Amino acid sequence: MARRSFGNSAMPAILIYLGLAVGLVFAAFPIVWMLFTSFKSNSEIFALPPRLLPEVFTLEAYTAIFADPVKLRFFLNSYLVAGAVTALTVLIAVITAYAFSRFQFRFKNTLNVFIISTQTVPPITLLIPYFGMVVAFGIFNTYFALILTYMVFTLPYAILLMTGYLNTLPRELDEAVQIDGGSSWTALWRVIVPLSVPGIVATSVYTFLLCWNEFLFALTLTKSMEMRTVPIGIEMLMGQHAFEWNQMMAMSVLGSLPLLILYLIAQRYFLAGMTAGSVKS
Amino acid sequence: MIDVAQARRARVRKSGLLSYNSRRILVPYLYVAPAAVLFAILMLVPMVNVLRYSLYDGAVTQKDTEFVWFANYATIFSDPVFWQATAQTLYFTVMSVIFHLLIGLAFALMLNSDRINPIIRAILRVLFILPWLFTAVIIAIIWRLLLDPNGVVNGVLMALNIIDYKVEWFSSTSTALHALTFANIWAGYPLYMVSLLAGLQGIPKELYEAAEIDGANEFQKFWFVTIPQLVPIMISIALLDFIWTMQVFPLVWMTTGGGPIYATEVLSTYTYKLAFSKYEFSLASASAIFILMVSLSATYFYIRHQKAR
Repeated sequence: MARRSFGNSAMPAILIYLGLAVGLVFAAFPIVWMLFTSFKSNSEIFALPPRLLPEVFTLEAYTAIFADPVKLRFFLNSYLVAGAVTALTVLIAVITAYAFSRFQFRFKNTLNVFIISTQTVPPITLLIPYFGMVVAFGIFNTYFALILTYMVFTLPYAILLMTGYLNTLPRELDEAVQIDGGSSWTALWRVIVPLSVPGIVATSVYTFLLCWNEFLFALTLTKSMEMRTVPIGIEMLMGQHAFEWNQMMAMSVLGSLPLLILYLIAQRYFLAGMTAGSVKS
Repeated sequence: MIDVAQARRARVRKSGLLSYNSRRILVPYLYVAPAAVLFAILMLVPMVNVLRYSLYDGAVTQKDTEFVWFANYATIFSDPVFWQATAQTLYFTVMSVIFHLLIGLAFALMLNSDRINPIIRAILRVLFILPWLFTAVIIAIIWRLLLDPNGVVNGVLMALNIIDYKVEWFSSTSTALHALTFANIWAGYPLYMVSLLAGLQGIPKELYEAAEIDGANEFQKFWFVTIPQLVPIMISIALLDFIWTMQVFPLVWMTTGGGPIYATEVLSTYTYKLAFSKYEFSLASASAIFILMVSLSATYFYIRHQKAR
């Protein structure tokens, strides 16, 4: 007992709170600064001494973005690409995961190791042959170029996540369907998919995040302003008006909003995707 | 019901060229077919291509390419900038992994403490993950704003008399790589925090009780129970983080672009410039294969570790 109290006094709650406060400043200050900068007028941004809150609160940066069809197009493109990739990825992942979870077949283990190692292949190594491939297919500077190539990094995760989820569903469920004469295909869509909604949500949320954040492929495989996604749009903004910090911050806030909202409403699912790589597969 | 089932099976048996049994064997292959085809197009073919490019001269840009064995590798390996980029990638990656681990562990331990208010704990858990939600491009411009010579970091440091002039964090050769690494440390610790927090909650209470019976103090419990229980998770994430951090591109591209001069050139920016600024696809492929080899060696350890767990 004496030792216990030694432990308690060695690390009192106040020290932990102090550590957490330092951590909070470290984690949140840059984000808060970004948020408030987006409400400042451009002349105020590097005011000395630095001020967190804007002297004059203005939405001018946001109105400038919403008034500019080119910038709105970045968002449309990001939603389109991320949405299409998410739908395709989830569909293919569910079918593949079903095979992994319910069937024994040759090369299953090989395919599994292949999928895990695919997650670690450097994007830059793929980008060079992708560039040649996309040009050869005649899809350079189109949505298809991005939708196709994004699958290379969304599918491995999605398959691993979905296989993990399907493994938690009892096999008796789909066996019951097959005893009634339904095929495994029927069992998949009638029984497995409806029961997998949480797994599907987790996979979708994470896939959407990966696509929304992608930079390298979007930078290289598209060219015209109309095809650019939000991250590239922000990069262009940086090149064009190097000094319009409030607009870049507003763009960043708007560009982060979908993920923040997804995170707040589906936190549990988000974390499932985030740790998918490090859990045992 | 049985009649219906039998009728269906009979129909299945009659239809198509294949017998019911060979269909049954084929079924799993049909399910994995779409993914397998995609992986073939998006992984196998490109891998063969990039390897081929690296052994030829004038890949992608010229019609008549010449097989040159390892000449492209020789060119890359004799370029001092390549080795500078390799060293800088290593520094950036190792520092990031170490600090991600330390910060992630510290945050996880503090959040897991039963001595703090559960509501505060729940709120902080959400807030501490925030940096991870921002895309690299946005992280880059946040830190460009904060670390601008006229920015808030210099403002605060000068007010505290820690520095006496406006440091150009991202545009001075002596600070750029450190500033970049710091931004990456800020952005990357939440993965460790979340995983370690899950790991901490999975440690059986009995282990601590047994340690107490043996007379262990708080520090001994931490060092002999908590840490050994977390080590497998730490190794997994550290290996993955090493692989991913080594491949960093957008953060560097958007803050310094590899400069000033070559002060923050990393392997991915070096390769990207070879391919898409200088159109030297053959040299870029050789460099890309080098990055791939380093990644694959780390992946080998990662898979072995995962299998052992």
